[in-house]
Amino acid sequence: MDRFVWSNGLLEINETLVIQQRGVRLYDGDDKAKLDVGVVLLSTHRLVWRDQKNHECCISIPLSQIIFFEEQAAGVGKSAKIVIHLHPAPTNKEPGPYQHSKFSYIKLSFKEHGQIEFYRRLTEEMTQKRWENTPASQPIPTATASQAGRTRAVGIVGIERKLEEKRKETDKNISEAFEDLNKLMVKAKEMVELSRSIASKIKEKQGDITEDETIRFKSYLLSMGIADPVTRETHGSGTHYHMQLAKQLSDMLQAPLEERGGMMALTEVYCLVNRARGMELQSHSEEEMIVSALDNVSDKGSLTAEEFAKLLGLSVLLSKERLLLAEKMGHLCRDDSVEGLRFYPNLF
Amino acid sequence: MQSFEWPWQYNFPPFFTLQPNVDTRQKQLAAWCSLALSYCRHRKLYTLDVLEAQESALFNNKKISRKLSVEAIQVIFEELRKKGNLEWMDKNKTRCLIMWRRPEEWGKLIYQWVSKNGMVNSVFTLYELSSGEDTESEEFHGLEEWMLLRALQALQSEGKAEVISLDDGKGVKFF
Repeated sequence: MDRFVWSNGLLEINETLVIQQRGVRLYDGDDKAKLDVGVVLLSTHRLVWRDQKNHECCISIPLSQIIFFEEQAAGVGKSAKIVIHLHPAPTNKEPGPYQHSKFSYIKLSFKEHGQIEFYRRLTEEMTQKRWENTPASQPIPTATASQAGRTRAVGIVGIERKLEEKRKETDKNISEAFEDLNKLMVKAKEMVELSRSIASKIKEKQGDITEDETIRFKSYLLSMGIADPVTRETHGSGTHYHMQLAKQLSDMLQAPLEERGGMMALTEVYCLVNRARGMELQSHSEEEMIVSALDNVSDKGSLTAEEFAKLLGLSVLLSKERLLLAEKMGHLCRDDSVEGLRFYPNLF
Repeated sequence: MQSFEWPWQYNFPPFFTLQPNVDTRQKQLAAWCSLALSYCRHRKLYTLDVLEAQESALFNNKKISRKLSVEAIQVIFEELRKKGNLEWMDKNKTRCLIMWRRPEEWGKLIYQWVSKNGMVNSVFTLYELSSGEDTESEEFHGLEEWMLLRALQALQSEGKAEVISLDDGKGVKFF
């Protein structure tokens, strides 16, 4: 019974009354609630109970709080009941008739029958969950509430004011959270504009910028996921950019392909290529990294971190890590001189 | 004198960088110790000055522009010392005795020559042994006196010789 909150019993916008039944007594678990007999109302959103004699005593519980419910047949001297099992009350629940209850279920005792139809309608509403489609709408404005219900207890108005404040607070929090995202989106828009303008400048001044730089810039755009309008115009497989890219791909994929016996799923290729292009997502196994370091160093005789980075299209930091790992495992050794740090196969 | 045959490591640039990997370093140091000793043996060097050594062909391969750092040389010398092939002559570790043959090994060679020539029970001066005509073809010919003495002292502790004092220096009797 501690899940119930005080209510004014008025339906909200989008909330529809489904069925009501007189002569219902509430039970807190197995104990009779300290309330009299009343009317139970089922709406699309809530279960409401109002004292038959004292209309101001009105409580409700959202249907979303219901886990499941079951019928309890009538017995000798006992009315038929519906037992409703409930989720724990949320921490920010408004005040209700019970501060605390040791039970996580309530019972509706139908002294004047009507339980069969009520049960049927409750099942329907719990299945349809219409409250999810039409979430909490604007509450009745405090002004009208106080006008219409001068006779109502002051407490209810206070509760409604609190609800309104809470709604405003939530709205503010959400807008603040999205402000950062807005700023980011503004920057992203600027970036896209900038890269578009550079791309078109390249297109215009094709003669002034070296081909190598153009290719590199285009590949940067591609790796950022920005479709370069210039490349869209190029066609066929004979373009220089595609050829360069193809060469880079084949260099990059040779070792992994050999490791996998000559075949790789396209999705794997995609991941490997993007990783190698410096997305800095590290998930090669140590063994793979060592093998790649050793193979390349043996192939070229010796390598610096910079040379290795260029070979694989990795960042210098990543390529150095691989070389150091291979050295740690004893596959490579180092030559440290005024000429720089160079790695050799470990011939010792 | 034959030209010295350098080992393959000598032309391998990493050989001149002290390796951080422990296992690799062990192998590297072993190769350096062996090279240093054979170089000194070839050139009949019995002492080394660290700074001079750094510029010598041993630790400085001009062909590949690589040379060992002083730190690395010290590490190698410490290895040699631990193995009994090197002794520091000064506290500052600037000069050392390099024993590409340890005293015991020299002693053995000398004693072999002595007994081969049936000269046990004879008395020799140190000079005769190191610089005499009879020993010209021997490896210990030209051995520096301090080393010769140590060799004989080693034999002495084995009971095969006795170092004695003569009128104009030291001598030795073989048993």
